[in-house]
Amino acid sequence: MKLVKFTNKGIYCIPGKFYLDPWFPVDYAIISHGHADHSRSGMKHYLCHDESKAIIQHRIGADISIESMPYNKAKTINGVSVSFFPAGHIIGSAQIRLEYKGYVVVFSGDYKVKNDNLTTPFEPVKCHEFITESTFGLPIYNWLKEDNLQKQMHDWVISNQSKNRTSVFIGYSLGKAQRIMKLMEGVSDMYVHSAIHNINNAITSSGIILPETKRWTVDINKKEIQNKIIIVPPALLGSNMIKKIPNAATAICSGWMQVRGKRRWQSVDAGFPVSDHADWNGLLSAVKATEAEKVYVTHGSQATFSKYLNEIGIYSEEVKTEYGENEDEGVDDENTKKAS
Amino acid sequence: MIHFSKLISAVEITNKTNDKIAALVDYFTHAPDKDKLWLIAIFTGKRPKRPVQTKLMRQWCMQITKIPEWLFQESYSTVGDLGETMALLLPEPTHQIEKTFSEWMQEIIDLKSKTDQEKEAYVRHVWSGLETQERLIFNKLIGGSFRVGVSKKTLVNALAKYSGIEANQLMHSIIGNWDINEISFYDLLQGEHINYDNSKPYPFCLAYALEKDLEQLGDVNDWQVEYKWDGIRGQIVKRNNEIFIWSRGEELVTEQFPELVEAIEKLEGDFVIDGEILALKDNGILLFNDLQKRLNRKNVTKKLLQDVPIGFYVYDMMEWDNKDIREQPLSLRREKLEHLFSSEATNNKTLFLSQIITSQNWQDLISVREGAREKDSEGLMLKQKNSPYHTGRKKGDWWKWKVDPLTIDAVMIYAQKGSGRRSGYYTDYTFAVKKDDKLVTVAKAYSGLTNEEIKEVSRFVRNNSIEKFGPVRTVKPKLVFEIAFEGIALSNRHKSGVALRFPRISRWRRDKPVEEIDTIETVKQLIHSPN
Repeated sequence: MKLVKFTNKGIYCIPGKFYLDPWFPVDYAIISHGHADHSRSGMKHYLCHDESKAIIQHRIGADISIESMPYNKAKTINGVSVSFFPAGHIIGSAQIRLEYKGYVVVFSGDYKVKNDNLTTPFEPVKCHEFITESTFGLPIYNWLKEDNLQKQMHDWVISNQSKNRTSVFIGYSLGKAQRIMKLMEGVSDMYVHSAIHNINNAITSSGIILPETKRWTVDINKKEIQNKIIIVPPALLGSNMIKKIPNAATAICSGWMQVRGKRRWQSVDAGFPVSDHADWNGLLSAVKATEAEKVYVTHGSQATFSKYLNEIGIYSEEVKTEYGENEDEGVDDENTKKAS
Repeated sequence: MIHFSKLISAVEITNKTNDKIAALVDYFTHAPDKDKLWLIAIFTGKRPKRPVQTKLMRQWCMQITKIPEWLFQESYSTVGDLGETMALLLPEPTHQIEKTFSEWMQEIIDLKSKTDQEKEAYVRHVWSGLETQERLIFNKLIGGSFRVGVSKKTLVNALAKYSGIEANQLMHSIIGNWDINEISFYDLLQGEHINYDNSKPYPFCLAYALEKDLEQLGDVNDWQVEYKWDGIRGQIVKRNNEIFIWSRGEELVTEQFPELVEAIEKLEGDFVIDGEILALKDNGILLFNDLQKRLNRKNVTKKLLQDVPIGFYVYDMMEWDNKDIREQPLSLRREKLEHLFSSEATNNKTLFLSQIITSQNWQDLISVREGAREKDSEGLMLKQKNSPYHTGRKKGDWWKWKVDPLTIDAVMIYAQKGSGRRSGYYTDYTFAVKKDDKLVTVAKAYSGLTNEEIKEVSRFVRNNSIEKFGPVRTVKPKLVFEIAFEGIALSNRHKSGVALRFPRISRWRRDKPVEEIDTIETVKQLIHSPN
């Protein structure tokens, strides 16, 4: 059965007549999560998870036609049953499950298998066809345990404080910033850049509680932020705004920081492998858990991951999409890092 | 390995040299003496021979991880470092091994004489007993080369801070001849095994780029004019039959240039001279890239000596007969230099007195400068004849007057991932120009773009390449760059028939369509038509 096809506008559900995360304007778009490369402007109608709604409105506009629903609840569109399952990527991220005449296709969007204590944890969904991302589809990517990662980051901040330094973390506004806030909760007062502050407001408007932060502006007394934590989006890397922070130590938080060369290439002090995506074993376990007979591999290391799946006996094809190719504010920076 | 692993983490988690020095000082304060000696040995390239073949380690790693060869290769080309690739691929440890740094080093030395089976058992046992970071260190120690962003100079500065001993003396001490089993850490720092009076260098006198009109410099006869060379600035110290070669970065590079030491040995007397080390072959000067092959190597092989022979162009003298003559005017220092070279150096293939260019007026010099490229020179040096040998950079007495680079517009056709610091991004590009209706490669270049531009080019490469696997990508010929270079010559070794000297990307010509790039004919016209 051919339930979905890959078009130059996005992933199209043939009987349902709607698109999943399209990159060109369409009539009906079902959105996996709020990052800019997955939820783009110009759609006549949007359907997303409850916790993504405010985020998408914040990013695209309050006046868009948008509806939302919770996880595990089905909605029938042109005979296709559509439901959301937690993807564990960022707040509100969903895998999109489509069922038509007993045939099931699941689109993962972006996902993370490990629990970050903030996002609803990933749930595997059995299906006939699975469309998976492959951002970190190489066996060198195996994430540290959360407590181990947290300890490294805490130690860094404490060491900075002993030298009277302000710790500046760099992570994209939607997803990574909240992750960092959760990891660093209770270590020190936290300040966030206004881009992050605004996203935080959108997230909390749907009832989610985030760690306490203050909005960071250049007018804030320099004494006040000394020894504290500031979280800023990647666009500020190397900017005067960061350079003007007296005695700052900077760290990038991204899965790409797993590799030494990447850490050293950036003009920052430290790099922590904090990722919102599945690592190699996460991808493999997720694919296997779906028991899918066919696996489509999208953005990331699609050629490598797809080839490997075929070698271990899981039928797979790679698919070209435009995810991870957008540099707008709010984009999943780990995706564009790969693409850049 | 706690101290050592902590040190590595500490130097990797900062890009501030002072933090690195602080971490090293902390190490010297807390680690056992024998470990400190090993640290100095490893960071200065005094390392034991590799005890296990790389090929075997790769095999064991693939067996343990059950990863096919092609996937291992993909991983390696993304990481850009074999020891790190294996450290990242291997599974989590099942037990915890703790040993001091020197115990590890001793085991690695002892491993050399073991059978392959014993080696395998040992390496597998260690791999399953270390965390990723320590596993990486272990792999690097076995492999020999270990770069952690700590230069010899940083190490020496840390030792100086820790001990209060002068940095250059410490440089001599740690580079000098010492055996880890026969010297104590204290004696090494004190320089028990060396005589620093014999090696002590002077700070280099440095020049500024010319920023005045020539007329403002006054009478042309007040200036000593020489060609400027793109080599390694070197200071040769000969005292009491000991010879030392210092580089601009205050590192001792004596062992890297044995033929130069041999040539200096033939000269009578004690002296300190200043000059330029250049790679010389077939009456021409090789590229700086070739010269670099002579650096950062423990052993200079016979083949390397033949492939990249070097010469030293001498242009100043700071000490003669154990007397500091830096305050004497350049003209007098030059006389002494010429005297030193009058007897011996004339029939020498390694030492050359820097040629003085005479001219009646500034106008003549302009045309000499324009012809500099034909001599493989970068331009001219202007030095006030009355000037002393300054300490460091002083404006006014020494000027460098370089020729402008040549440029062509070429299109990128291949891209390759960088290694080490630039791993993961496509940073090495090959460029082509038009030859009739085809493209022909003219240069390979890897510098000159900003990080942001490299990211953008990398994205283009990923989306526009023919191959999916392996390190080199053939890309659609779309991106046009202006390539700057210092010279051009006909060459049989290159398909295009020309070789460019020191090519680099000067800018990305987003404004230029591929149809308008240079042709091989226009490129060839640049030969012997400076500027």
